[in-house]
Amino acid sequence: MSAGDRLLSSPQEVIERALAASRAEGCAVIVEEVSQAEVRFANNTTTTNGVRRDRRVAVVSFRAAGSDGSPGFARLAVGVASGSGEVEVTELVRASEMEASGASPADDAAPLIEPGEHDATEFDEPPLSTSPAVLGGVISGLGEAFARARSAGNRLAGFATHGVETVYLGTSTGIRLRHVQPAGTMELVARSADGTRSVWSGAGTSTFEDIDVHAFESRLDRRLAWAQRKIELPAGRYEVLLPPDAAADLMVAMSQSMSGRDAEEGRSPFSAPGGGTRVGEQLCPLPFDLRGDPAEPGLESSPFLVTGASGTDVSVFDNGLPVSATNWVEKGRLRRLEYHRAGAARSGVEPSPPVGNLVLGLPGATASLDDMIAGTERGLLLTCLWYIREVDPVTLLLTGLTRDGVYLVEHGEVVGAVNNFRFNESPLDVLARATQSGATERALSREWGEWMNRTAMPPLRVADFNMSSVSPAT
Amino acid sequence: MSWDDVPAGSSGLEGLPLAEVRSAALERAAALGCSHAEVRVERIRSQFVALRDGHVETTVDDTEIGIGLHVVRDGSFGFAATVELNADAAARLADDAASLAAETSSALGTRVEVAEEPPHGEVRWASPYEVDPTAVTLADKVSLLEDWSSRLMVSGTVDHVSARVLAVVEDKHYADLSGTVTTQRRVRIYPVVEAVAVDGESGSFESMRTLAPPVGRGWEYTDGQGWDFLAELETMPSLLAEKVAAPSVEPGTYDLVIDPSNLWLTIHESVGHATELDRALGYEAAYAGTSFATFDQLGTLRYGSPVMHVIGDRTTPHGLASVGYDDEGVEAQSFDIVRDGVLVGYQLDRRMAAENGFDRSNGCAFADSPLHVPIQRMANVSLQPAPGPGPGPSTEELFSGVERGIYVVGDKSWSIDMQRYNFQFTGQRFYRIEHGRLAGQLKDVAYQAQTTDFWGSLEAVGGRSTYVLGGAFNCGKGQPGQVAPVSHGCPSALFREINILNARAEASR
Repeated sequence: MSAGDRLLSSPQEVIERALAASRAEGCAVIVEEVSQAEVRFANNTTTTNGVRRDRRVAVVSFRAAGSDGSPGFARLAVGVASGSGEVEVTELVRASEMEASGASPADDAAPLIEPGEHDATEFDEPPLSTSPAVLGGVISGLGEAFARARSAGNRLAGFATHGVETVYLGTSTGIRLRHVQPAGTMELVARSADGTRSVWSGAGTSTFEDIDVHAFESRLDRRLAWAQRKIELPAGRYEVLLPPDAAADLMVAMSQSMSGRDAEEGRSPFSAPGGGTRVGEQLCPLPFDLRGDPAEPGLESSPFLVTGASGTDVSVFDNGLPVSATNWVEKGRLRRLEYHRAGAARSGVEPSPPVGNLVLGLPGATASLDDMIAGTERGLLLTCLWYIREVDPVTLLLTGLTRDGVYLVEHGEVVGAVNNFRFNESPLDVLARATQSGATERALSREWGEWMNRTAMPPLRVADFNMSSVSPAT
Repeated sequence: MSWDDVPAGSSGLEGLPLAEVRSAALERAAALGCSHAEVRVERIRSQFVALRDGHVETTVDDTEIGIGLHVVRDGSFGFAATVELNADAAARLADDAASLAAETSSALGTRVEVAEEPPHGEVRWASPYEVDPTAVTLADKVSLLEDWSSRLMVSGTVDHVSARVLAVVEDKHYADLSGTVTTQRRVRIYPVVEAVAVDGESGSFESMRTLAPPVGRGWEYTDGQGWDFLAELETMPSLLAEKVAAPSVEPGTYDLVIDPSNLWLTIHESVGHATELDRALGYEAAYAGTSFATFDQLGTLRYGSPVMHVIGDRTTPHGLASVGYDDEGVEAQSFDIVRDGVLVGYQLDRRMAAENGFDRSNGCAFADSPLHVPIQRMANVSLQPAPGPGPGPSTEELFSGVERGIYVVGDKSWSIDMQRYNFQFTGQRFYRIEHGRLAGQLKDVAYQAQTTDFWGSLEAVGGRSTYVLGGAFNCGKGQPGQVAPVSHGCPSALFREINILNARAEASR
């Protein structure tokens, strides 16, 4: 906002001002109000603690199609800016229109979404915010936890953050929508002072009312005790037990490769030999369901699409599109890939916008991770995975490391801590080689949790997991 | 272009109430008893344009403006930030940051101190560039990417082309209680083109990406200053065709000659991050990780062979981490990290310097947003070429010493463990080396090693003529996550007996 620019006090005012200023044939305005507080700590002391308030405004201008027969609107441009001055918003609209004016038709062009029954009346409500008080229980618990860690010769590190993002969407077709998305994570690492033992526990949360620092300490104490005995094992293929957090590390990575267009063009692990996609193919013998659902209890996410930028399978033309429950994999069979409306129309399938959560489940599975440990003759119990990167996009081969706890299980009991490994595995192969699933529960991906912390996963037993080499890291 | 050459009116900070904001924030922080306070007002403009098969897929023009205030009060740390740009909001930030420092002091185990830095007064600095890339119209950007795409799409080998460019102009105003006031502009750009060849019958595909690195330059970079894009694009279809037809590598142990287009990333992961002192001391234990290069080994750790000389440098021309002053008001510096193969230095911010007995920070603090706190981030960490008055070995001369090996070109997949021991990298292209000469491409290659074994196997580095500055826009660290741009220069280099995997075989079961 420039000096002297009048502050537009509410996000609704920003949206109405931008839409009123728009001279384009179509316009979408997104205002994201973000309030965040965090505490970070390491070596038994707090380090960087912060509070912030952000407002981001995105304007998308659409120019009507020419005489080439392309659909309703044919071009887009995007401006995104912080702040909320009246002059700045108008300038943003003008800049967006200018960029839209000379451009060629867009591949993802589709008629703008019309208002529907899902339009929430809460649009007029103000944005919600958070404060350091939400983390008060954590902060007070940490002081005591640090003291206990010091006396036990351990060092605690971690991060607690809580944020609330209130998103407002207004379009020239009359859509007025609002969604409030709270999100928080708590992560705690305990390391022995000599660095030879290290354990992690993390959780996603919406309110922090369900976060108990003592419970985190108890989980970590149990694992530190397991690590009193060290066992060196070589690289090789092992039966592994993936806790829900580790399963999330792999399934979130897989969910990022579910582009319908990439699959149709033959450049995806979901491309079928000979052309087309693998939709309809049985991916794994166990009848897993992999789904997203905005109404998933405890993992609620936006029931409508809001995006400031198009991508391969996401389109700014689809702003306001209802997002509903989607089964990506059903009974082990691939059912859906992601498509925006224009792409779906070209391919003769239903649009499948991304969903803000991910749930893997095996109907009827009730075992806990402890049950599965008890049922293990010999295998490795992992904690979480780290530094996961794609090695081969054809097979979706991923590499990464085990982190903060690998344990040998023999005859139903944990017998000691094992060195870390580098793995080379495809999540598709992991699903195909899974021999047992436990009950689904909320999980936090260590690798991807910062942007996707609404996941629920079961513990998985996987045969022949490829530990490619030993990592000396602890 | 120095700051004096930045056209009047083009600074992203003009018109903003900088003096009022910094005075309000710092005076309030001082009145609240803060022993240290730094305020930043920033405007960061980022433009991204992506074409898929010659059609626009994404355009984003993003401007981020805000104020961030970092204070130390009674030895406790507080940070507050907002997008509201006026003196009242800035004063409220001081209240919020000081309150947060007080609220979290109950969990404080170690008092925060910051190393001394001489005040620099009011100073200005700009990175070298000729054409502001954010001033180039969207139509011109699209036109360029369309042209580049079409050059590849006419080839019978190439089935799909992705072309994109990301350009950033970062304007930053900083002030602290010592009296330092800096105003800086950094400009950077990263154009990328990727070609894909699909074998529809088998369901397989191969891709190849341009090697042109991201740089601290303006739009002139796309016009041949610093890189010949047209020459590179001309070679890509035949190189991709050769890759598609290449044999799959036989796993085993090979000598490697690694091109700078690949080696920069290995340096980044195995040296750059490993020598960040906050990591080595455990301050990133919960997220980015720690380091095998622990502080007690400073001056003694045998990191690599005696030909290994690595520096940290925030003054490198066109370097992505180059600045005049860092985000704690410390003047940019150049310093040794590994000399004669031995660990001799770390990258520091003012807190790490004070805590560990250094007289002064070496200027490695950075925040990627006005809404984020500065943390220690990477300098341009670079492997030095062969010393001496002559040109030094060429890449071909390095090949000549290899009986059976692989030449690795371009970066692709990368991963390293949380203490920076075990890594695995792939690349864009791999060539067999037989009896000192290249003998055609291989595919499905990944190299895997432990950091000190790898650098210990470094037999020779190329001369100055092989030296290239690579880098990335998106180095991640910290919680909440921050991304930092950073460059890494290096020559071609010869490594002996490195473990090679076949990536396709790794997935088979």
